[in-house]
Amino acid sequence: MQLKIKHLLGLENVSSSDIQTILDTAVSFKQVLERPIKKVPTLQGKTIVNLFYENSTRTRISFELAEKRLSADSVNFSVSGSSVSKGETFKDTVRNIEAMKVDMIVVRHASAGVPLYLTKITDSVVINAGDGIHEHPTQALLDMYSIREKLGKLEGLKVCIVGDIAHSRVALSNIFGLKAMGADVSVCGPATLIPRNISDLGVKVIHNIDDAIQENDVLNILRIQLERKAKASFPSTREYHKFYGITKERLEKNKKDVLLLHPGPINRGVEISSEMADGEHQIILEQVTNGVAVRMAILYLLGTRHGEEN
Amino acid sequence: MARKTNMQTLLKNLRIIDPELGLDLISDILIDDGVITKIAPEIGLNDWNVDIHDYSGCVAAPGFIDIHVHLREPGREDEETVETGCAGAAAGGFTAVACMPNTDPAIDSAEIVESIISKAAKTPVDVFPVAAATMGRKGESLSPVGELKEAGAVAFSDDGVAIKTASILRKVMEYASMYDLPVIEHCEDESLAGGSMNEGLNSTRFGLTAVPPIAEELTVARDIMMAEYTGAKVHIAHISTAKAVQLVREGKAKGIKVTAEVTPHHFILSDDCLADYDTNFKMNPPLRTAEDVTAMIEGLKDGTIDCIASDHAPHSIEEKEMEFEYAPNGILGLETTLSLSLHHLYHTGVLSLIQVIEKLSVNPRKLLNIPVPAIKEGEKANLTIFNPDTERTVKVSRFKSKSKNSPFNGYVLKGSPVAIFNKGKLITSE
Repeated sequence: MQLKIKHLLGLENVSSSDIQTILDTAVSFKQVLERPIKKVPTLQGKTIVNLFYENSTRTRISFELAEKRLSADSVNFSVSGSSVSKGETFKDTVRNIEAMKVDMIVVRHASAGVPLYLTKITDSVVINAGDGIHEHPTQALLDMYSIREKLGKLEGLKVCIVGDIAHSRVALSNIFGLKAMGADVSVCGPATLIPRNISDLGVKVIHNIDDAIQENDVLNILRIQLERKAKASFPSTREYHKFYGITKERLEKNKKDVLLLHPGPINRGVEISSEMADGEHQIILEQVTNGVAVRMAILYLLGTRHGEEN
Repeated sequence: MARKTNMQTLLKNLRIIDPELGLDLISDILIDDGVITKIAPEIGLNDWNVDIHDYSGCVAAPGFIDIHVHLREPGREDEETVETGCAGAAAGGFTAVACMPNTDPAIDSAEIVESIISKAAKTPVDVFPVAAATMGRKGESLSPVGELKEAGAVAFSDDGVAIKTASILRKVMEYASMYDLPVIEHCEDESLAGGSMNEGLNSTRFGLTAVPPIAEELTVARDIMMAEYTGAKVHIAHISTAKAVQLVREGKAKGIKVTAEVTPHHFILSDDCLADYDTNFKMNPPLRTAEDVTAMIEGLKDGTIDCIASDHAPHSIEEKEMEFEYAPNGILGLETTLSLSLHHLYHTGVLSLIQVIEKLSVNPRKLLNIPVPAIKEGEKANLTIFNPDTERTVKVSRFKSKSKNSPFNGYVLKGSPVAIFNKGKLITSE
């Protein structure tokens, strides 16, 4: 099982067979996580740098655990803010790190396109852990893994991504990945949070949350970015919750058995009520567990990939 | 290289095209002490003191002017200076440039205008400063319009941004029109500005912050209406959207004094180019869609767009080689505009050679009230000489400009600048 991709920069141009390979490989790594000794020697001797130019807790810890469980040597490099404020250019920083002989770089950065740029200035394998409002492919892969694990398939499923689509890298990766796997994808939220041209990606736009619940098998509920509230793209969190929040009453009213995902961190009482965040429909913590398995699969497949073919 | 000025220069076998004189003929041009003394075929001279050049296959036109150039002086002499910018202009086939006021400090005093002009006097290129419309380009109070004009400013603009409010725009237009000077507008609504690329499907795909086309169109509409109201002349800088072109077309039809320029990158490249996040494709206004590119071509063809200007914006390598969202806007243009125009407009049949010359020389000079040099005996020689048919490969490493930020590096283009003649000197391009 060899991937066609050499790096994981995003899911826009990743084939369904590569996605299938990643998800299938993650199944066996999830079994590893259930053993008393949760470690395999697969990436022994490989060095991985987690290059985080933006704050992150769960994604960084998830990658770090995945790396340690594959027996790789990993180091963290965290910088808040851009390289501009640091005085050293991003390129110089990366060249310095690479001079210490690393094999893979996991990168998160506030500017879209940085993972691709990295592939041009280093020889390391690059994995995108989130770039700006562009893509967050490992999150989408773990979302897809979780859906598939729960519902047995992706093809033909109706999946709606709910919330701030315009400022979400999770949304875009999910759209590309799910569509590649044959799912029927829609987005739901107020018009100000939906990019004007999103329907050109073959995605249905829904503004009424009740319609979204009725029409879909899965809702992937995005975090409302409270820190971006200053941007004033919706009237208030109170109003957002009233019209878009996922509540027990809303699901009961629509008499719908729907699977709820959330990439976290959750704003309880905003995009989802506390009751639903802990309720029977959601698989939020399973997503977190699956995240480690999926990241192990990606690190393993890209870290042991050989040859320059394709 | 520069030749001695007291020498006669004989330019042989040129195709002379002077749209204003209705001239299109093959002839020799004899220049004595910077003045055209004879235009005739087969001028034979046996004088040792004549510098003779055979320009068979080349066109001589009234000297080209690039009316949208950032010379970066004062303030960012590490990126460009009057001297290096003028060297680039000469190499690119321009005998004149108009330089924009978003320097540091802004060109908002007579002293700065005079200092730029005096620096330019030592170069082969004429520099016409465009002065800030408001003090410090802040959009609050009028710059000293009369003094700036006396010092040599040819137009007013807060380029880099649009003039901030309708109220100050009105005052600038009223004041400038007393002197018959145009107001050049960088059309972008401030409250909608701030993105790294054009808003559209591609910005969604690439995940980049985006500025919507309507940010430009709203300001174009405002400016045209204000020009109608005040009777002033407004010139739309670097027009880039289809609707903005349509607004100018309609304004012209109504008799409003509105003109427009387009950059080569906006009539050639679309936002598809941003797929690789190469910062050499980052500029403001951003590259738009393929439909917008088509509208630029249409606008050039039907005369809605009067001139071609480069928006030459030098940036240092370390500033440009950066994460896309953090890199500054702008690309070089002086040393590629002529070739890009010939390759993409003349050789594709969009414009005739005469029209290319009009858009690079006649029209821009007229709109800035700068006399159009005539190719005529007794006139000062101010010529652009180019070969419309020779191919060149763009090599930024050979640019005279201090910076190297061009997306056109490596392009093979049909049509090359050959030389300029200005201020009594022949300057060859290579």
